[in-house]
Amino acid sequence: MPAFILLTVMTALRILGRNRLRAGLTMLGIVIGVGAVIAMVSIGQGARAAVQAQVASMGTNVIIIMPGSTTVSGVRGGQGGAVTLTVGDAADIKKRSPLLSDTGWAKRDVMQIVNGNRNWNGPVNGISPSYLTIRDWSFLSGGPFTQTDMESAARVALIGQTTLENLFDPGEEAIGATIRIKNVPFQVVGLLAPKGQSAQGSDQDDVIFIPFSTAERKVFGSQFLGSVGALFASTERIADLPEAVEQIREVLRSRHRLQSEQADDFTIRTQVDIGKVQEGTSQTLTIMLFAIASVSLLVGGIGIMNILLVSVTERTREIGVRMAVGAKRLHILSQFLIEAVTLSLFGGLIGVVVGIVGARLTTLIVGWPTIISFDSIVTAFLFSLAVGLFFGLYPANKAARLNPIEALRYE
Amino acid sequence: MCPLILCEDLWKIYRVGDVEVQALRGINLTIDRGEFVAVMGTSGSGKSTLMNILGCLDQPTRGRYRLNGLDVAEATRDLLAELRNRQIGFVFQNFNLIPRTSALENAQLPLFYRGVSIKEQRRQAAAALQRVGLAGREQHYPAQLSGGQQQRVAIARALVGTPSILFADEPTGNLDTASSREIMNILEQLNRDDGITIILVTHESDIAAYATRELVMKDGQVVQDTRRATHLSVMQ
Ligand SMILES: Nc1ncnc2c1ncn2[C@@H]1O[C@H](COP(=O)(O)OP(=O)(O)OP(=O)(O)O)[C@@H](O)[C@H]1O
Ligand SMILES: [Mg+2]
Repeated sequence: MPAFILLTVMTALRILGRNRLRAGLTMLGIVIGVGAVIAMVSIGQGARAAVQAQVASMGTNVIIIMPGSTTVSGVRGGQGGAVTLTVGDAADIKKRSPLLSDTGWAKRDVMQIVNGNRNWNGPVNGISPSYLTIRDWSFLSGGPFTQTDMESAARVALIGQTTLENLFDPGEEAIGATIRIKNVPFQVVGLLAPKGQSAQGSDQDDVIFIPFSTAERKVFGSQFLGSVGALFASTERIADLPEAVEQIREVLRSRHRLQSEQADDFTIRTQVDIGKVQEGTSQTLTIMLFAIASVSLLVGGIGIMNILLVSVTERTREIGVRMAVGAKRLHILSQFLIEAVTLSLFGGLIGVVVGIVGARLTTLIVGWPTIISFDSIVTAFLFSLAVGLFFGLYPANKAARLNPIEALRYE
Repeated sequence: MCPLILCEDLWKIYRVGDVEVQALRGINLTIDRGEFVAVMGTSGSGKSTLMNILGCLDQPTRGRYRLNGLDVAEATRDLLAELRNRQIGFVFQNFNLIPRTSALENAQLPLFYRGVSIKEQRRQAAAALQRVGLAGREQHYPAQLSGGQQQRVAIARALVGTPSILFADEPTGNLDTASSREIMNILEQLNRDDGITIILVTHESDIAAYATRELVMKDGQVVQDTRRATHLSVMQ
């Protein structure tokens, strides 16, 4: 049997080599199908990796609580921006939810920031002491606020990479410099390490942090003292997130005196939820491309079936001769199946090359990240093998069922 | 011991549209091992039909055919293939070589389906080609060989599997006199030296003269059956 397979593969290659143009055209569908599979998987995986990096940039096991209820479509709204979350909520949550390792809060507003003759409109965030830890911010230079800064409402600020580039000349020392936020002078004490895009697509490095106490008393001038823009919490383990969310919900509902029939006046989301939404969109893309790939593979398979049917007819007498000298059904069947599979695997091989080149070009031209995985190449090969076997089966079986004497007499 | 070939009341009826053609009409025939039989008869008398049935390529409509004691009607398709592979060799009028495939590979074919190692296939096929006087032509394609040479490749293919019977349906029908004589000498040698039973269809009496037994067919029946003591070449 090994001798049989080896010689049959050699024969198949020779026959395909004789009709190179015909074989090439037949393989085209498989080439496109496999190429699409490889390209689509690498684009999908690249996108997923980027999303995962963005989600990871939120921090570790983060829970975000925002004021306002959630509508069915997932958009926040309803309360008309009513202030429903306070520093007191945060303190109470921390006290009554043992699963939480940390809680923090922030309040933000877009303001004009001035350094010398440069000015920039960017989000200014008043943050609680633990905020930076929860969100996993680290520093390129300088450092976080001290306890004293927080308590004394010191005029100190931390700036992100984008803010730095917009307020300072290249090479200019930012640490120790004085900038003005809404005309109040602040000393820059820390430069934050860049985080890149958020999962929602905004630039996380376009940011300024100041102590919450300072923001309340000297910048925002809010009439609602103690109100916050969002609460943040984190747990030790990712598995604790769902239970922690429930604990927080109970604490907040009782603090806000909500009746059982009333909806939440806040929205809780975890890092895991946000990751899921993002993966969902990249999955839609993957499914769409998968459909394209399937159609191409189907067309390719039909092409292979067609060319094999032609080949069986052309070589009817040869089949008769082979049967006359002792070829059994299985021999004839495998001969044509091997021809089909050789075609489809060749197509698959070219398709893999086309897919890799396509993915590289996508990265080069459109700038999307792509990851070429070994798994997708193996899958593509298995697919082309399956296509060859499936669509080769009918013609091969047709050949194997020929009557020897009729095949020999065929003209 | 049972005879090699035993036919009892063999019928073959073709139906084309409404017309029924009785190609064989009750053939009774016994052929023993080592015989060299020439089948003669007018065109359409059923010679090829009989050969194909005896060679297990076709099945009779009625009657019994025993090859080496085995009732062929009861054999499966794959068993018949196995029989053709190991017991039977075919030589056709139109050679029936696989095109664009070397003489060696054509001659290898029966061994290929026997699962012999590639090396052994090549060795035996080369020996068979040498036997028919084609040493040095192993890599030629059929199109690069003369008719006589092509027929010799076909004989090499038929004998490579050391069959016990060789069926030759007008093997010299497409060849000139000189080539025909070469082919007949090879067949005669195979019969005399290797003891291969040969059944040959021909229209020419000088070809039939190589045989030790002559059957004449007419309208699907054997009408004459004569035996000669020895080969023509020995008599000369
Ligand atoms: N496949 C077929 N379908 C219908 N009729 C057939 C078929 N094969 C043979 N016949 C008929 O059977 C009869 C015998 O044919 P066969 O080929 O056996 O003759 P033959 O003796 O070999 O003739 P020739 O010497 O011309 O080769 C003929 O009348 C022929 O028309
Ligand atoms: Mg005939």
